[in-house]
Amino acid sequence: MLKIENLHVSVENRPILKGLTLEVHPGEVHAIMGPNGAGKSTLAAVLAGREGYEVEEGTVTLDGKNLLEMPPEDRSYAGLFLAFQYPVEIPGVSMVQFLRAALNAHRAAQGKDPIEVSDLMKLLREKAALLKLDPAFLTRSVNEGFSGGERKRAEIFQLAVLEPRVAILDETDSGLDIDALRLVADAVNALRHPERAFVVITHYYRILQYIRPDKVHILADGRIVRSGGPELALELEEKGYESLLARV
Amino acid sequence: MSHAPTPEEALTQHLSTEYKWGFEVELEEELAPKGLSEEVIEYIWRKKQEPPFMLDFRMRAFRAWKEMQEPHWLNAHYEPIDYQEAYYYAAPKSMAEKAPRSLDEVDPEIRRIFDRLGIPLEEQAILAGVAVDAVLDSVSVATTYKERLAKMGIIFCSMSEALQNYPDLVRKYLGTVVPYNDNFFAALNSAVFSDGSFVYVPKGVRCPIELSTYFRINARKTGQFERTLIIADEGAYVSYLEGCTAPKRSEHQLHAAVVELIALPNSYIKYSTIQNWYPGDKQGRGGILNFVTKRGIAHENARISWTQMEAGSAITWKYPSVILKGDNSIGEFYSVAITNNRQQADTGTKMIHIGKNTRSRIVSKGISAGSSQNTYRGLVQVMPNAENARNFSQCDSLLMGSSCGAHTFPYIEVKNPTAIVEHEATTSKIGEDILFYCSQRGIPRQEAVELIIGGYCQEVLANLPLEFAVEARKLLSISLEGSVG
Repeated sequence: MLKIENLHVSVENRPILKGLTLEVHPGEVHAIMGPNGAGKSTLAAVLAGREGYEVEEGTVTLDGKNLLEMPPEDRSYAGLFLAFQYPVEIPGVSMVQFLRAALNAHRAAQGKDPIEVSDLMKLLREKAALLKLDPAFLTRSVNEGFSGGERKRAEIFQLAVLEPRVAILDETDSGLDIDALRLVADAVNALRHPERAFVVITHYYRILQYIRPDKVHILADGRIVRSGGPELALELEEKGYESLLARV
Repeated sequence: MSHAPTPEEALTQHLSTEYKWGFEVELEEELAPKGLSEEVIEYIWRKKQEPPFMLDFRMRAFRAWKEMQEPHWLNAHYEPIDYQEAYYYAAPKSMAEKAPRSLDEVDPEIRRIFDRLGIPLEEQAILAGVAVDAVLDSVSVATTYKERLAKMGIIFCSMSEALQNYPDLVRKYLGTVVPYNDNFFAALNSAVFSDGSFVYVPKGVRCPIELSTYFRINARKTGQFERTLIIADEGAYVSYLEGCTAPKRSEHQLHAAVVELIALPNSYIKYSTIQNWYPGDKQGRGGILNFVTKRGIAHENARISWTQMEAGSAITWKYPSVILKGDNSIGEFYSVAITNNRQQADTGTKMIHIGKNTRSRIVSKGISAGSSQNTYRGLVQVMPNAENARNFSQCDSLLMGSSCGAHTFPYIEVKNPTAIVEHEATTSKIGEDILFYCSQRGIPRQEAVELIIGGYCQEVLANLPLEFAVEARKLLSISLEGSVG
């Protein structure tokens, strides 16, 4: 489904990703772990199409479509979702307004009419209930005054509404206490689906105790240096990056 | 990957769509002799068959005006105006002989103008609940809903009619909030004003519908000098809206209006404006000089709320103000001022706290793009007897691009130690990170900019009556079509 081949990316002429290859199939959960500076957030940004990242070499396809040629919104329509590490605040714009704009843009891309307001509200309430979110947050401005945990859950809520093919979670666990982490992980687990894949980018093993990955990859110096099953994450937790990478 | 426009480009595209209200209709107009003199003022007074006290009012204003200097202290530039080159009274000929008594008598050409503007003159079309008074050049074309309101004792008519039918009421209040010699443009207006709206809501009556006036300048080389007077008697409530457009012209046209609000004890006047006068072209040629004096007086426990969305005009220069005379009175000012190309806006408010426990709230949102200049200027004054006065002011500026300017001049004068006055101000740009966030969710850049600006103005737009809030949002995002980069 998501296919990354020999991806080389530089930022301000500094190479960050140096030949990354990864294939993700429907229904799978992949964890990408790595030390600081390995290129984890660069991978998330370049997949979503953020400006300032130069693709030097390689291909990325989603369901056979070349993602790298698309502007960010088309990648979104193609089914790519990025849960941001630092979700931004949009003052004065409620979650309802924001998701209506997003959903209608997706519908327009599929040649569909805008969603009726009553259907929208029904959908949003259903998804909020699924993720055990207080529906009051729908009328609050996007991320404004949200705690770290609320922001991350709001990201997962948007994921639930937009129903992507593949969701990238960029350090969704960072800055969360254990209770908030559990809530976010429960929300993600509620959205696992045979037709949907997750790529969980993280520094720590912790989140993988709650979101069980099918595959674990270790990203170091711009490349995937080891891949394995869930046991690899545990090994990493016990030995640390340094000793593990020393053996590579 | 295709090039995504920067926020500045997106907004510039978004704002640079053609002024859609700029069409011109040839109407045969009856004009006063060119220029300004005591004869012209008498001509206007006679044409309008006004009561004798009005000739005196106009003459005193004219004589005061002659002694005054055209002010240029605003943070904007305009060439001195040749007042002898303009016409001070223009009326479509079909209206000049006698005003139409019913909608059926309105000249079809004039009706077409308002139809093109989307302003329904038919009562059936406005069952939605907005009573409309439409002012074309100098005369009022039609006031709908009049009879229904009259049953409740509410008077909503043109100023000309009010002077004919309720001269004592007009005489009692006209010039009491904005004196005839208040300032240069108010004096000019007092001397030559031709029409405008008059509202009186009797004691304890809550006006059940929005009252609305639509102003349109059509004739060339005329100024528009409308005069609006709104009186809410004790315990009354009224919500009043005004909208404005004008044809495109290569020369400046002067619009010098005066609005006076009188909120008697326990009453509430809510006054909303969507100002979309022709702003001039990209090089700054033409456009309306919108030099307006708006002021209200709030008696005991009364409340006056100004909400404005200033989108048009070459220069906007106005400070809708509240004199908080009565104890426990409330004054509010909510403003969005958006400028682009060479537009200049110098706007804000004055809150004069005289009574005890008076409260005022100011929320100003400026959006500047292109080479425009956008200034907030405000005065909060707490007089010695205004025990426990409170003010909160929030002045935000949003800059689109690097060649525009945003300025804030808050003046605060406190003469009572129990007062609490708070002022907050911010200046910002639309961040690339917010736009990227929106685009990741599939929201196209253009729409994202509109969404963000709508959010930025939310607190002000939320104060507009629903019918106008929709129009205001449309005006903010005037060009959904064909503007996506």
